[in-house]
Amino acid sequence: MMEKTLFSTSCPGRIGVSLPVCDVPETEIPAELARTGEIGLPQVTEGQVMRHFVRLSNKNYNIEKGIYPLGSCTMKYNPRLHEALARIPGLAAVHPLSPDRTVQGTLELMHALGTCLCEITGFSAVTLQPAAGAQGEFTGLMLIRSAHLAALETGRDKVLMPDSAHGTNPATSTMAGMKVVPVKSNDQGMVDVEDVKAKVGPDTAALMLTNPNTLGLFESNILEITEAVHRAGGLNYMDGANMNAMLGVARPGDMGFDVCHLNLHKTFSTPHGGGGPGSGPVCCNARLEPYLPNPLVVKDKDGYALSGMSNTSFGRLMAFHGNIGVLYRAYAYIRTLGASGLREVTEGAVVNANYLKARLRGHYPVPFDNGPCMHEFVAGGPEMAGLGLKTLDVAKRLLDYGFHAPTVYFPLIVKEALMMEPTETETMESIDEFADALIAIAREACEKPHLLTDAPVNTPVLRLDEVKAAKELVVVEPREES
Amino acid sequence: MNRFVPNCKTLRIRMLEEIGVNKVEDLFTHVPGQVRMKGLLNLPPAMSEMELVREYTRLANINTSHELVCFRGAGSYDHFIPAAVDSILTRSEFFTAYTPYQAEVSQGTLQAIFEYQTMIARLCGTEAANAGMYDGASATAEAALMSMRVTGVDRVLVAGSLNPSYREVIETYLVPGGFQINEIPFGPDGLLDLDAARALMQGGSASIILQSPNYFGLVENIARASEAARAGNALLVVVADPISLGVIQAPGELGADIVVGDGQPLGIPMGFGGPYAGFLATSMAHLRKMPGRIIGRTEDRAGNVGFVMTLQTREQHIRREKATSNICTNQALMALANAVYLSLTGEAGFREIARQCYHKAHYLEAGLVKAGARRIFTAPFVREFALRLPGDAFELEARLVSAGFLPGLPVPGLGNDAMLFAVTEKRTREEMDAFIGAVSKACGEVR
Repeated sequence: MMEKTLFSTSCPGRIGVSLPVCDVPETEIPAELARTGEIGLPQVTEGQVMRHFVRLSNKNYNIEKGIYPLGSCTMKYNPRLHEALARIPGLAAVHPLSPDRTVQGTLELMHALGTCLCEITGFSAVTLQPAAGAQGEFTGLMLIRSAHLAALETGRDKVLMPDSAHGTNPATSTMAGMKVVPVKSNDQGMVDVEDVKAKVGPDTAALMLTNPNTLGLFESNILEITEAVHRAGGLNYMDGANMNAMLGVARPGDMGFDVCHLNLHKTFSTPHGGGGPGSGPVCCNARLEPYLPNPLVVKDKDGYALSGMSNTSFGRLMAFHGNIGVLYRAYAYIRTLGASGLREVTEGAVVNANYLKARLRGHYPVPFDNGPCMHEFVAGGPEMAGLGLKTLDVAKRLLDYGFHAPTVYFPLIVKEALMMEPTETETMESIDEFADALIAIAREACEKPHLLTDAPVNTPVLRLDEVKAAKELVVVEPREES
Repeated sequence: MNRFVPNCKTLRIRMLEEIGVNKVEDLFTHVPGQVRMKGLLNLPPAMSEMELVREYTRLANINTSHELVCFRGAGSYDHFIPAAVDSILTRSEFFTAYTPYQAEVSQGTLQAIFEYQTMIARLCGTEAANAGMYDGASATAEAALMSMRVTGVDRVLVAGSLNPSYREVIETYLVPGGFQINEIPFGPDGLLDLDAARALMQGGSASIILQSPNYFGLVENIARASEAARAGNALLVVVADPISLGVIQAPGELGADIVVGDGQPLGIPMGFGGPYAGFLATSMAHLRKMPGRIIGRTEDRAGNVGFVMTLQTREQHIRREKATSNICTNQALMALANAVYLSLTGEAGFREIARQCYHKAHYLEAGLVKAGARRIFTAPFVREFALRLPGDAFELEARLVSAGFLPGLPVPGLGNDAMLFAVTEKRTREEMDAFIGAVSKACGEVR
């Protein structure tokens, strides 16, 4: 049943907070400035608010309900201790423009986290400011842009990227004033090295590459690729969305990359929050360090400080210093696991992905199956087997089985793609249950296809009409309804 | 093994058998030897839960800022947060969920954000709002880009009284595209110089970007700025402190085309600067040029009301290099905090909080002036104000911190003696009187 919006349960006179009596004399608010009409906020009690949002929460799938196998999203378990640590008042109730000497604890943590992230990526410098992966990508390209401009190389405005890239990569290139040059994938699902060599040149600003790529495959020719770009004067950017496959195994800094971002809300276990907040720190080498955004955390003899404005920096990304609350959680994760724990994470993630892939063998086609995958893999939907059903139908039917669906229709180079990433925090048993459901759905696709096309039926709502939503566009509750 | 990795040795052997390899290393053969790490990462040793609690307690105890009585704002404010906000935020159904791509199992997040959009639009006096941006500064920069998409003009005018950090972020977002940014100065009253604005409009502009209350806390004349923008076929982007909208007129009702700001004052801890959530509100006519996610209402196959992410063809995962923005993950959980906060405070509570901020700020301002501070501007303010103090602002800051206060922010742009103060409903008369006394004492010492 539809949970009514709070506006429609509103009644004049109800309130959900108790406020102190104003203990100072009142000052008149100039009439010409004053807001007189009703704003239109709900008028409800605390109990009503709690019931409303708890009921809404019951309509959500989340990681505690079951496997969340979204490829390239790394939906792993979010440790509870980290939630508590980030809420310690001494760390949370801190004004961002506090004098450095009053925030030495937070600055020490940020500095220590930065040092860990540099070690994990094999780089020497870091900014913790980017709010999410996409802002991290933007940071990376801006560093590269700055380095080229500083070297008076003004004609470098092309970004080479494989056709399997995340949508944020091309969108970021545009924001950074650069143009995308697509690079082909070969029949192994990897970047076509010859195509890189053919397209790289004096106009190349950067190569932007996700490694392992979005098919879950490690780019075996990575050194040859990055070297070709360097030889042509370009720089190499690694999209670190898939870093969960490489912790303690391989480092972007050792692969010829000059800069990469990390998604703390993927690899480092911070919760996704229904779509954020994330955090996308960027690590880079000494060549790009001078251009990092203001301010940085620096350590000197008096302790830790936020750097002043550097003249070579490309600028600032956020009003303050980044999503600090996310940093608190990610640092706790790294300190909990240490070097061998992080390595276990990656091994667990890779074993789990390969196990799921093995369990689905013979039931779902895997287009680029030339050996083990890393932390994820991409299967083709039933249409590839000639059943006339869509991947979307498989996804919706999975919801009926009580599972979240994998990422669908991505990467674009696989038709009807189902991109699956179980992560290391899933048990073998939960992967088995998920695989069994997918296998049952493959059978249903042949025997009772309507179960797929009618799906989902066991969810709070049936399949939703996205076309109607876009056509009729109701994005706020109309006042007359409440 | 560790507490996050469940598949222990015996299970792993079974799994490797199913995969068809002998050992874990066989799964990494695609990683060339030259880039494969030989040893372990050089990281500090692993910690137990107890040790980690001890370490974080140590770090929290080194911080002292949270013990100071806060009179600082400039984009982050020390408001009271009702316990119910965090109670909702810590429900794992919300905080451990992903972006609502599978709408049928994400109705909780989707409806909550739909309600958030509604509350933000009503607060701003606009027809629509999106699902949120990173923070107020990046929302402002995205609004600047949006205004250029709407008008097709490659230049924006930015008020000199905009928060300087916001201004820097606008530059970061606009410079690589080759877009031009010019500044409109503020007059001796601290408000936008409208004559200068009109003159600068001659060169063509996509928008005027104006903060109100501005960086100095002063309420701008939005209606006049809107006229100036309109005369040059430009949009008016207003950066608003959401709390102020409980006291003063909504920018959208005064002619602003896009209203942006930071939702931090609405139930989000100061948290040393984040995570917050930017908001972006506008008219239905501009919706398709808007960046970020938008939640829309629709129906399911049985005609039940439901919610989905809509107009996704603007976004990076569909439109790629032609997207309205590269933004993907935003700050959904913080937008939820805003929605819960605005629901709890509601029409009456929210306005009372805003009024108390107004009255208390005026009480403190008058008290500081009486104690020897001088006014810099004369225009009306809401809950932030700049004053000149008899002494160097940084020296005063150091003394006041030692006395237990986080005083106003030194604003070198207005002179070495200038400070920008902010007051929230949390401050009591007693705290303010003590602060006025401490300021007097500190001024006497540094003079």
